[in-house]
Amino acid sequence: MIGHLCERFAPWLTAMAAVLLWWAMVLVFDVPNYVLPSPWEAIAALYEYRFALSVHGLSTLWTTFMGFAVAVVVGMILGILVGSSRLAYRALYPLLIAFNSVPKAALVPIFVIWFGVGKVPGVLTAFMLSFFPVVANVATAFATIEPELLEVMRSLGATKRDITLKVGIPRSLPYFFASLKIAITLAFVGTVIAEIVAGNSGIGNVMLVASSNFNVPLVFAALIVVSIMGVGMYSVSDFIERRLTSWSVRPQGAAVADRGQLASAGA
Amino acid sequence: MSFIEISNVDLVYGKPGEKSTVNDTLAVSDTSITIEDGEFLALVGPSGCGKSTLLKLIAGLIRPSRGSVKVSGQEVTCPLKIVGMAFQNATLLPWRNIRDNVMLPLEIVEPYRGRHRQDRAKNRERADILLEKVGLAGFAEKMPWQLSGGMQQRAQLCRALIHEPSILLLDEPFAALDTFTREDLWGVLQELWEFRKCTIIIVTHELREAAFLAGKVSVMSSRPGRIIKTSSVDIPRPRTLETTFEPQFVELVQDLRHHISLGKTS
Ligand SMILES: Nc1ncnc2c1ncn2[C@@H]1O[C@H](COP(=O)(O)OP(=O)(O)OP(=O)(O)O)[C@@H](O)[C@H]1O
Ligand SMILES: [Mg+2]
Repeated sequence: MIGHLCERFAPWLTAMAAVLLWWAMVLVFDVPNYVLPSPWEAIAALYEYRFALSVHGLSTLWTTFMGFAVAVVVGMILGILVGSSRLAYRALYPLLIAFNSVPKAALVPIFVIWFGVGKVPGVLTAFMLSFFPVVANVATAFATIEPELLEVMRSLGATKRDITLKVGIPRSLPYFFASLKIAITLAFVGTVIAEIVAGNSGIGNVMLVASSNFNVPLVFAALIVVSIMGVGMYSVSDFIERRLTSWSVRPQGAAVADRGQLASAGA
Repeated sequence: MSFIEISNVDLVYGKPGEKSTVNDTLAVSDTSITIEDGEFLALVGPSGCGKSTLLKLIAGLIRPSRGSVKVSGQEVTCPLKIVGMAFQNATLLPWRNIRDNVMLPLEIVEPYRGRHRQDRAKNRERADILLEKVGLAGFAEKMPWQLSGGMQQRAQLCRALIHEPSILLLDEPFAALDTFTREDLWGVLQELWEFRKCTIIIVTHELREAAFLAGKVSVMSSRPGRIIKTSSVDIPRPRTLETTFEPQFVELVQDLRHHISLGKTS
């Protein structure tokens, strides 16, 4: 019972411990607030600028969500292609890796030249940063279908489409959702980078303006907003995952499939 | 004309679409065998001698490099669709319950495929009849991980049989089970064969299993595999565990063992 309670409140306790540590450091080293504000100053800024923060926060959320949605669709399609066809693997994978190794912040100015300042560079950066984990995980799920199962299917005369629909896609769901949780957080990173480099709205823009005014508490307030949105979206993915892939988790909580942890390849 | 005719088949595993090189594996060499309709054949031989390969050739999953594979007089050029297959690991789909797993072939093979939606109730009943035959009545709604290894194998047999295939290909289906479960399943398989009367080819490492189940046992030599001896098993059915202690049975097993060791040295 006690153990259960501990587990339930553990994330809140560690979050509180982190805030306390932050506070303690500010107090002990007597850091001025234009270098590192105390948690209370950040929260005060959060309250003071609540209106601007929520408007820009929603803008960031929307941009992230667009980029993420495109990444999910493109990632799923590419993952299925790369995972189920040797030719597609040979042809596309090196290119994808090369693409993924490009520092995305460097691309933002190019996007601005192409599409102008606004939401599009943010959506593109969020997409670029977050689609690769989806591709890698879905491709892994497809490539690791048991050969015997493939033989059973093929001996029945199953087409590639049958195999994809009846085996590949359901089997890839746990891997897919594992990658979504990583992709959504990366998408936030992408959006905020684009907003800092070349935005006229969004949390990243708020941070840029705030830091040029030495309003460091506001920078931290903005960071808090981004983290809360990140955790929120992560929880939504987690909830959907639990709903749709309950078969891959035994009651004891041990995962059946090694839920593709490959996805950590990111930014 | 026999039901299945394999004549002078070679099979070389190499890189697909490339000219053969010395590195390629000659898995099966100059193999010939005929199997009659409704026969129960066991294939034994040392590890890596090409038994699984032979099954894949019959199923039409791979094409011979030389020679011909014919089923009912027709050259096999693509997957046959009239075969059921089962393997050492059950490969059930973990997101489907047992009944839906068993019904999988009906969603793929014609003519069931087109009628799958209308016939759903009928198909469920067929699945349940098979499940009952293998002793899984009442487990239809369970998920695969709720079943033991032996029970999963039973379910796999049902999946292999649901579309009433004329050929059942079993690749070491019981190899991962303990002796008691395995011997139980011999009985189950024997009954299924009496019930369906399809042609069964079973690959096994266990000579007692071969002798217990089959009407004919073929011994393969080590790689490159060839059939070096085929003996018929003239023990009346239904065979029981007592049968396995009779002198005739023991002698047969000894004889098979002898031929396998000959095949290894040659
Ligand atoms: N897909 C493949 N590609 C290349 N070589 C293969 C392939 N499958 C099998 N082989 C080779 O062909 C030979 C025969 O393999 P096969 O699987 O038919 O043997 P087996 O008799 O079933 O062995 P076991 O009893 O261990 O299952 C082996 O030497 C193996 O290395
Ligand atoms: Mg084998």
